[in-house]
Amino acid sequence: MQAADDTPSGSNPMRGPAFTKKAEWLRGLGESNDVVMSSRVRLARNISGFPFTPQASRLDRTQILEACKHRILNMTTSPSTQFMWIDLHEIGREDRNLLVERQLMSRQHAKGKLITGKGGLDEPRSVAVLTPDERVSIMINEEDHLRLQTIRSGLALGACLEEANELDDQIEAGLDYAYHPRFGYLTACPTNVGTGLRLSVMLHLPALKLTGELDKMRRAATDMGLAVRGFYGEGSESSGEFYQVSNQTTLGKSDDMLLREMEHEIVPKIVGYERHARKNLLSNRREMLEDQIWRALGTLRHARLMKVDEAMELLSLVRLGVLTGIVDDVTLEQVHGLLLSSQPIHLQRTLDEVLTQQQRRAARAQLIRSQLGCGTSGGKTGGTAGGTSG
Amino acid sequence: MLCECGQYEATIHEVIITKDKKKVERHLCEHCARERGVSVDPYIPISQLISSASYIMGQVITDEDASPDDDFVSESTSDTIKPRPTMKTKPIHQSCVGCGQTFSSFKKSGLLGCPACYQIFEDRIGPMIERAHEGGCNHVGKVPRRALSESKDANDTNRIEALLGDIRQREERLEALRGRLAKSIHDEEYEQAAMLRDELTRLTSLASSQIESAPNRSTPTSDSAPA
Repeated sequence: MQAADDTPSGSNPMRGPAFTKKAEWLRGLGESNDVVMSSRVRLARNISGFPFTPQASRLDRTQILEACKHRILNMTTSPSTQFMWIDLHEIGREDRNLLVERQLMSRQHAKGKLITGKGGLDEPRSVAVLTPDERVSIMINEEDHLRLQTIRSGLALGACLEEANELDDQIEAGLDYAYHPRFGYLTACPTNVGTGLRLSVMLHLPALKLTGELDKMRRAATDMGLAVRGFYGEGSESSGEFYQVSNQTTLGKSDDMLLREMEHEIVPKIVGYERHARKNLLSNRREMLEDQIWRALGTLRHARLMKVDEAMELLSLVRLGVLTGIVDDVTLEQVHGLLLSSQPIHLQRTLDEVLTQQQRRAARAQLIRSQLGCGTSGGKTGGTAGGTSG
Repeated sequence: MLCECGQYEATIHEVIITKDKKKVERHLCEHCARERGVSVDPYIPISQLISSASYIMGQVITDEDASPDDDFVSESTSDTIKPRPTMKTKPIHQSCVGCGQTFSSFKKSGLLGCPACYQIFEDRIGPMIERAHEGGCNHVGKVPRRALSESKDANDTNRIEALLGDIRQREERLEALRGRLAKSIHDEEYEQAAMLRDELTRLTSLASSQIESAPNRSTPTSDSAPA
């Protein structure tokens, strides 16, 4: 049994290198990794005998949190991993946003605000993160008492679901879940009831955007009962043609049925459309494609000020360039690294400085230039953020 | 399929139930749908879902402050049922015994207050849930493993029924699954059929073990909590 490491008093565990290095879901490996950036499985669970979080009193929430903490920190994980427990009501905004940027929890959990508008920063709520690879995180007192997430790079929903189910059983071994014979696992919002299971994939669809077929794909996905969201999930806009696609139906279909639909029917179909669009662009509109990609790389290599959304858009095109062989002096690893390190909090943590928005734009441009090489070659050298001033 | 205008592909499909319970279908392109005031937004908010589902049930819920003596009055002049009708019926004052939440507050927030709300409001939320889940009305799949195993070991019928339902409920679920299995086979969706068959086998085995443990019991005691 591996219990969580107690935080040394007076030091912040999220200040260490573990929380600025590349996350598991951005490794860029796995099946269909040319289109599928990552796979994620989320289980929503509630403990019986308590109101759901939005209706729960502060005392209820504290008790729920303590019960979950005791259970989670006593779960068995592999010898090389352990859960790190983070009380969100006791850490600062920067640390909370760092966890959001790393896709370990939702934006609303960071704010402590519920859909009803209730709550706030001091609401008792936590997140448990499996370290060191961060492939599991468990939010406590979000909309539901427990929201367990497993995340991996590439198309790996089956592996994510298997691990989520194992951990779910371990939690249930010590806590009674709210369950109903007709409605299954009970959740605060009836749209999650039943399996409480959300299977989602983050897809990179730049070619469908360039061929103007993206809206058609989005409509088709919606017709199939899927939700299409942006890079940071619910409420976020797409950035750089990265989309999260997930099931909406959770009642009337078992875990296996939902998995089969997503992993063997829906995702391969969308992956097929994107690959077909890439092939078409290479065959019929190569000049336009090359122009777009080299312009993007040129801007990244020479810009002096860079907004985060612009960085995402340009990195998305360069990623397409690497995958289509148009760009050969940049690696996928570099692009994926920059997708994360360009985010506001990661940027500041990498530089170990608190920056204004304008300073962040300059620092981001400088970081990207140093990573991608400022010129026509040398993209693989990968400098550091502390390079020459822009 | 072409839109009624005959120019573009129909991408919006609307089904209207008339007062004499006839089904009228319309197939429109986005342009015509917008012109005729049909929503083209694929993301239906839960509040709208609730409103529509209440209507489908023929039981439109009004705010709690409405007069209890108001008759069911339709302000619609058309012979077709419009979404979000302005109608009044007897108010529903019932609140959840577990958390005190009312159905009206659920309508506003889209969130239930506690596990018992599902039991208290089952009749009213059931059709909404069914619609939100593409017709799914019964849970299929995982049951809390430890709770079920402990209940069986202790031969605790109440707890087993709280997890699996009583004999009648289980039979209904099995029957629904058999229907879906037959449809999958008919539609030649064999992978789906195989999964439904596995689910049937699993449910049947769970059910038979319960029958063995409680041969004379038939009173439903399902609760929202397994323990």
